[in-house]
Amino acid sequence: MIEVKNIEKSFGGIKILKGVSTVFETGKTNLIIGQSGSGKTVMLKSLLGIHTPESGTISFDGRIYSELAPDEKRDLRTEIGMVFQGSALFDSMTVAENVGFPLKMFTKDNNSKIQERVDFVLKRVNLTDAHKKLPSEISGGMQKRVAIARAIVNNPKYLFCDEPNSGLDPNTAILIDNLIKEITEEYNITTVINTHDMNSVMEIGEKILFLKDGLKAWEGTKEEIFRTDNEAVVAFVYSSNLFKKVREAYLKE
Amino acid sequence: MMLIRYITQIGRYFLMLKEIFNKQTKWSVMRNLIFKEIDDLIIGSLGIVAFISFFVGGVVAIQTALNLTNPLIPKYLIGFATRQSVILEFAPTFISVIMAGKMGSFITSSIGTMRVTEQIDALEVMGVNSLNYLVFPKIIALLLYPFVIGISMFLGVLGGWMAGVYGGFTSSDEFINGAQLDFIPFHIVYAFLKTLIFAMLLATIPSFHGYYMKGGALEVGRASTVSFVWTSVTIITFNYILTQLLLGS
Repeated sequence: MIEVKNIEKSFGGIKILKGVSTVFETGKTNLIIGQSGSGKTVMLKSLLGIHTPESGTISFDGRIYSELAPDEKRDLRTEIGMVFQGSALFDSMTVAENVGFPLKMFTKDNNSKIQERVDFVLKRVNLTDAHKKLPSEISGGMQKRVAIARAIVNNPKYLFCDEPNSGLDPNTAILIDNLIKEITEEYNITTVINTHDMNSVMEIGEKILFLKDGLKAWEGTKEEIFRTDNEAVVAFVYSSNLFKKVREAYLKE
Repeated sequence: MMLIRYITQIGRYFLMLKEIFNKQTKWSVMRNLIFKEIDDLIIGSLGIVAFISFFVGGVVAIQTALNLTNPLIPKYLIGFATRQSVILEFAPTFISVIMAGKMGSFITSSIGTMRVTEQIDALEVMGVNSLNYLVFPKIIALLLYPFVIGISMFLGVLGGWMAGVYGGFTSSDEFINGAQLDFIPFHIVYAFLKTLIFAMLLATIPSFHGYYMKGGALEVGRASTVSFVWTSVTIITFNYILTQLLLGS
């Protein structure tokens, strides 16, 4: 469980996060949604420790990040898996080397054990024939799957995904969403996904945090988002006719 | 305001140097990174260094010969002047300035691209000390840089000898006599000492500009240019200071 209490973050005197508090639950896909510029990415990067909030606390199962010693912070980071928006695979490494990288860095496993684990996670993300390819030689969807495999290879407790299905075709996007949800449940991970894709919300959103202008404007479950009369949420989520109709159909049921 | 910015950058550079040596990457991983950097930075530079050194050595010999118009000045001065120019300045300093362009822009653009594509963030999120992982192997690889300069010295003098002898400016014996004349072994120590310092500058200044860059592809190009300018300026400045300290007093 990740508990966020009243975090604030500014850049160049402009407050981006204005005191956000929430709880991201274990074993669930927690989604952060909101318009561009609402503070989603800053929120995610603050959770990851890439940005340091000016006030407030972030605790990982009771461990308050800002109070940890540098070594403890690095140890905590080994419990984190991250899927970046652009995949962030290392260009100079093959798919197998990318996936095995966290194991090579942080475990004492020998090469055959690492290879075994790499094979297992690549199979888990349905990539069995790309081991020796470079990231530039595979498609965007495959790169995302490699990034997911790398993020889960050392059994993380926390998985963060920044717009995991951006730039993907609808079929691949749904595959990636479902893969993240399955992995979250299978390994009982606290997963936080930053997205503005409403398909993801409908498909895998178990807990949804809606940010607007750096503030928590709403939070709830996928079911609750259909029934909410929060104007900001309704304006954002049901901006397309398709989702309006989905909502109407859901409410009729 | 500009002065404060420069001082801030210098402070940031020294903090970066400190961070490079914090929390070392596992040796089994680091060893491979060092070999890769030796291949990219040292082996990959040999061709251009050899080419430039050989021909510039030749030009130095020809220029010296063409300026010795007084028949009382002995021809062995061609060998002497070539040796002194190549060993004292051309090989250590000017090859380093050229390497600031070749190696430096490679280092800045490769690290800068990693920054833009969030690969450095990925390292940090995993708990890797990204500065140690990216810059430390470059520093170790560049400890071999004096070998590159040694090759440059040899080829520079060889180029001078070939241009002098085969161009008909001097005889082989005269050139070799001149090249051995008044040889001061400390000049070699001086040349390699400054080469080692330039190697550290070549590894760290371009890394600094790549690591702390912000923006996209355009900024990567801009950072490479800025890195070349600052590495060259620093090399030339250090060259002056070291020459004054080691030879001037």
